[in-house]
Amino acid sequence: MSRKLLLANDHIPGIQSYEVYRSNGGYRSVEKALKTMSPDDVVEEVKKSGLRGRGGAGFPTGMKWSFLAKPEGVPRYLVCNADESEPGTFKDRYLMEHIPHILVEGMITSSFALGANTSYIYIRGEYFYVARIVEKAIAEAYANGWLGKNILGTGFNHDMYVQVGGGAYICGEETALLESLEGKRGNPRIKPPFPAIAGLYGCPTVVNNVETIAAVVPIVNDGGDEYAKIGIGRSTGTKLISASGNINKPGVYEIELGVPVEEFIFSDQYCGGIANGKRLKACVPGGSSVPILPDYLVCKTATGEDRLMTYESLSDGGFATGSMLGSGGFIVYDENQCIVRNTWNFSRFYHHESCGQCSPCREGTGWMERVLHRLEKGMGNMSDIDLLVEVAKKIEGNTICPLGDAAAWPVAAAVRHFRHEFEHHVLHPDKVKDPKHGHREPIMPVKPQPVTA
Amino acid sequence: MSLLKVTIDNKTIEVEPGTTILQAARMIGPDVAPPAMCYYTKLKTSGGYCRTCLVKVSKGSEKDPRPMPKLVASCRTTVMDGMEVENFTSPEVVDARNGVVEFLLLNHPLDCPICDQAGECHLQDLSYENGKSKTRNEFERRTFEKIDIGDKIQLHMTRCILCYRCVKVADQFTPERVHGVINRGEVSEISTYIQHAVDNDFSGNMIDVCPVGALTDKTFRFKSRVWFLKPVDAHRNCDKCSGKTVLWKYGQEIYRITGRKDQWGEVEEFICNTCRFDKKAPSDWTEEGPRKLSRHSVISQGHYGTKTKFVASPVTLPNKQLS
Repeated sequence: MSRKLLLANDHIPGIQSYEVYRSNGGYRSVEKALKTMSPDDVVEEVKKSGLRGRGGAGFPTGMKWSFLAKPEGVPRYLVCNADESEPGTFKDRYLMEHIPHILVEGMITSSFALGANTSYIYIRGEYFYVARIVEKAIAEAYANGWLGKNILGTGFNHDMYVQVGGGAYICGEETALLESLEGKRGNPRIKPPFPAIAGLYGCPTVVNNVETIAAVVPIVNDGGDEYAKIGIGRSTGTKLISASGNINKPGVYEIELGVPVEEFIFSDQYCGGIANGKRLKACVPGGSSVPILPDYLVCKTATGEDRLMTYESLSDGGFATGSMLGSGGFIVYDENQCIVRNTWNFSRFYHHESCGQCSPCREGTGWMERVLHRLEKGMGNMSDIDLLVEVAKKIEGNTICPLGDAAAWPVAAAVRHFRHEFEHHVLHPDKVKDPKHGHREPIMPVKPQPVTA
Repeated sequence: MSLLKVTIDNKTIEVEPGTTILQAARMIGPDVAPPAMCYYTKLKTSGGYCRTCLVKVSKGSEKDPRPMPKLVASCRTTVMDGMEVENFTSPEVVDARNGVVEFLLLNHPLDCPICDQAGECHLQDLSYENGKSKTRNEFERRTFEKIDIGDKIQLHMTRCILCYRCVKVADQFTPERVHGVINRGEVSEISTYIQHAVDNDFSGNMIDVCPVGALTDKTFRFKSRVWFLKPVDAHRNCDKCSGKTVLWKYGQEIYRITGRKDQWGEVEEFICNTCRFDKKAPSDWTEEGPRKLSRHSVISQGHYGTKTKFVASPVTLPNKQLS
């Protein structure tokens, strides 16, 4: 059985409430940090733990914290990015809904480490009911002296606020989130300056994902070294994976990084295999933004090694044969699913969510969506497939924020691995007119034959 | 402060710290200056949106010679000592820029024949230099209704490329901001709050900063093509602005009045609405002489007064040489 850190007490009834959470060892990390450690000690523990940002980019958290500028007389802020809107990712919602106090606890400990007296939890608009749960947890923390003035008699003051967003994917980008938090239109800022120098209201700010902040709790409780023992190489600790798609047991799983992908999909402990006894066709391992992998690359890398659930192993082979761990939105497709339709669906999402600030993303996402729609409906032609690749290439890397990349990668990867399926859509328009065409005539990925010289 | 050395397309210049790559390139000259659709020197925080000024930084600085991983927007990237930048010499940059131009034109109506901006339109120049002769977009273009914002300005959102320049003008030069961007993505538009009139003394500058024909002068709409008119520098005593303008004349009649634009298409000084819209009698103005237009766009063809007959300014284009 895999070790659980965040969801260890998940099964206890009433863990949402302060009393139950506290009696199961809650808020120990705040006591330990405030009473026995200096802020730099906490940062040092997080550095030692090797914790990497769980929101998608995987940037080492300790390093991010140490970049925070500390000018005199300027407040610092900690902002929790709970604007989880990536299709396929729902781990933060689960965490906040079931154990809201671990987030509040992590926020207090992290704020202490960063010297922030005010912190914000920016929750996605669609999660309004989650915001109420978190607000209740914050109120309980205030009532029991974990928030407010002079916490635990140590002289550390801290206030925490929940802000509900308007429901825009772009506000999950950290600078757009800050703009939105300031009450402006949620457009990403042009970097530099990075938020660590000039973030919220122009003050140094750290923006972290919900899961990252929650992971600070076990790190402070047990020590960074203990945390670093879990996992493989530079992927340490546990990760929440939101498993969805054609699997027997979809849901949120806490895994130790380093679990083989094959075990994750097929073992009964996790996803429990492909539903209805179908074959695995493809897998998106990290949320809709990351490249899709065809069946022959899901469990094994291109070099024939086992693919593991780690940052490194999933991106093994670069974008040619690899993908990314991303935010852990693990989507599994069986043989009946149509990749063109899926890619169109993703593309439609990015088209809808593009903020419209910079031109490649504003115009390109809509163009890709329309071309994909045409292909899916059997009205495309062969040149459309190359057009897609070219448009994706023109968007990628040329935009202000990573939304452009996130829109371009899945399209480019789908064409790379499933070109024959796109061609099928062009050649057999009559067959693909039926939206369930994948059920009639499954199209499986074709493994490219090794070129023999 | 010591000067920083920066090399752009193999030409070196020393600039003060804080200068952006684009500004440094403009100091060197038009041969290396990347085009800019959204950046405007006089508007703070402008730039970074259109991505036409993307350049490749092949050497970060003397201290850290690593190249930058992605193409950067030259208008928002400050130079470092020893930085080496590739603009027209990098096929990657030219390719990316062609892509951006294609994106900008994707939903642009290309109604130049009936557009008042034609001839002095930056997008026209840009697509002439970097665009393809044929679009690959086979879908319907997005369209918007025309909006009158105030009695002097018309907003034709269909032509807009969302450079945000007019929003910055509203933010920075006028007392009360009444317009901004609404909606998002492809359908985002510049608009006022329920067609609220934009009414203040400097609102007319929105027309000058607009790189395309989205914001046009209603007192001039459909009166004439710009290249038929004689630009004449003129001034008057104005209590609101400097009063230094360009009169666009046909015979003795003044068709329109704009700010004085430099070779990068940016006005030297913003002018007030009284000068722009209300003073159209020749007796209002003291003429200084013909305005030199050193630009390569189609307007130069009708340039009067100088000895040159369409000698396009020596613009070196990536793959074609104009003569």
